[in-house]
Amino acid sequence: MTPDRSTRVKNTTDNTPAIVELTLSRFREFYREPEAVFWVFIFPILLAGGLGIAFRNRPAEASHIAVARSAANSPVVDSLKHASGIVVDVLDDTAAAAALRTGKVALVVVPRANGSVEYRFDEARPESRTARMVVDRAVQRAGGQQDPVPVADTKVSERGSRYIDFVVPGLLGMNLMGSGIWGIGFAIVDARKKKLLKRLIATPMSRAEYLASFLFFRLSLLVIEVATLIGFGTLVFGVPLRGSLTQLVIICVLSSLAFGGIGLLIAARPRTIEGASGLMNLVMLPMWVFSGVFFSSGNFPKAAQPFIQALPLTAVNDALRANMLQGASWGTVGGELAIILTWLVVCFTLALRLFRWR
Amino acid sequence: MAVAGLDLSVAAGECFGLLGPNGAGKTTTIEILEGLTPPDSGEVEILGTPWREGAEGRALRERLGIQLQETQLADKLQVGEVLGLFRSFYRRSHTVDEVLALVELEEKRKARVVTLSGGQKQRLAVACALVGDPDLLFLDEPTTGLDPQSRRQLWDIIDRFRSEGGTTVLTTHYMDEAERLCDRVAIVDHGRVISLGTPRELIASLGAGHVIEFGVDGSREIDEAALRALAGVKSAHRAGGSWTLQVRAAHETIPVLLQTLETHGMPLTELRTHSPTLEDVFVTLTGRSLRDDA
Repeated sequence: MTPDRSTRVKNTTDNTPAIVELTLSRFREFYREPEAVFWVFIFPILLAGGLGIAFRNRPAEASHIAVARSAANSPVVDSLKHASGIVVDVLDDTAAAAALRTGKVALVVVPRANGSVEYRFDEARPESRTARMVVDRAVQRAGGQQDPVPVADTKVSERGSRYIDFVVPGLLGMNLMGSGIWGIGFAIVDARKKKLLKRLIATPMSRAEYLASFLFFRLSLLVIEVATLIGFGTLVFGVPLRGSLTQLVIICVLSSLAFGGIGLLIAARPRTIEGASGLMNLVMLPMWVFSGVFFSSGNFPKAAQPFIQALPLTAVNDALRANMLQGASWGTVGGELAIILTWLVVCFTLALRLFRWR
Repeated sequence: MAVAGLDLSVAAGECFGLLGPNGAGKTTTIEILEGLTPPDSGEVEILGTPWREGAEGRALRERLGIQLQETQLADKLQVGEVLGLFRSFYRRSHTVDEVLALVELEEKRKARVVTLSGGQKQRLAVACALVGDPDLLFLDEPTTGLDPQSRRQLWDIIDRFRSEGGTTVLTTHYMDEAERLCDRVAIVDHGRVISLGTPRELIASLGAGHVIEFGVDGSREIDEAALRALAGVKSAHRAGGSWTLQVRAAHETIPVLLQTLETHGMPLTELRTHSPTLEDVFVTLTGRSLRDDA
């Protein structure tokens, strides 16, 4: 080099640290992509709202039954019409059979000439079994039966045991998984495809700082994601928050990092978005199905349980539910946290080893 | 193997060009120099040090500015943001304003990358290479696909960098670009350096004062040996329907050429003469034109 060049004074101050610039770039690219903002923040709320309305706790439904027209004037029919919890249709024999077959009525009542009553219903249908009990009780009471033991009903609907209480932590877990895997995976594969990764490693940039910027970005978004979804669940549906907030924060942070690690691992090598996309679906699909987002993972056969319990999303969902719904102690969520931590460490180590920068 | 037996050295303050058709191994060569592709064998020394992993490599990268052929910068970032990002990787650097002025993109500071024209994108790519105030600048086909005005703007940027003592290594398949910018040129074909020297030396090596290009009408063949035998002809090449003659002097050869064609009853459809260029050097060395392979 010519001497005047190497001794020239260059700017050494007022330069932002690379990790700050890298993390800022993550944010800029994110919030300038309206679709991404929708899927991360708005979609989970719409989903929680929809499910909350669909599965809200309704008063016990009345049993719809049919009575054969031939016996329309029978005293039995009269007593059924006045009984609570029963809606009676008077139909021809053929129409009644059709209504039973198509599920419009749960039970057909056919009073006989000799004073006995015939019930026609499908025993496999729960509402038919309920109707059979309710109708029979009304018929027997009309016939003069007395209750030997007096009873009193107290109706309760406990917060924490409703479907919405079950589903909000599940949605939160699913959201942490989706944004961790998609958010990191797509951005990295896109940068590789555009040869941006190669351009970056042609600078003195620290590779660790580049990967760390994705984690800082994820953790900052996490605050907003978790706050929106839990805030919505709590304010609109009264979903309880019984556990310690510290524990909830730690569960969310570890989960987000673990899914980020899985995202990094998936994105470590593919050169195309299509290739990465297939891998992501392959990884996430079993967890959507088995990990108890919308229904309990306990519904699957016992033989499959060791596999299901080892899935990161199962651990995350179980830990979130234990914290929010049961106010669990550290000991209770310890197993789940250990599973999440294992995924985090294993995926990160593998991702760093396999990562392709070119 | 894309490249073999390349033996080059570039002096400080020099602008060195790798000239060759697409697929000649220019990009492979420059990426080996940049430390992005490890060579299967051989040695590379940049600014007096070989490429090493870790801290030494990073220290070397502080002094290099690199523009790659295919990089797409993040569409959604603004020009100023991209430069701020690249700047943050260097210990010593130009400010964003300084580097924007260097590439004349001041008014695009707030524009998103996606809205830039091809020429502006390329100037931004060069700005990213310049922001670390490098001693050595690598440019891989910096003007390919650009309009003439954008090419001249980039040439001016490279000139300014050189005038401040910077060293440049660039690849190109435009011979006019190599002649205009480079102190020395290596002509590369099929992964080998087939000629090396200043543009003037390379052109002088042809020993031709002029180049005559002509075409004739009709289907009759011209005998190449007959053309070579004409007064002052150094070499004759056929490309498509036209012939190229390298001659000592145009005024010496053209009259006898016209006479010969007339005697054979072949009407002339076109006739051009120009001073020899690097393109003619390439044609002479390979028998092919630079852009035929594109």
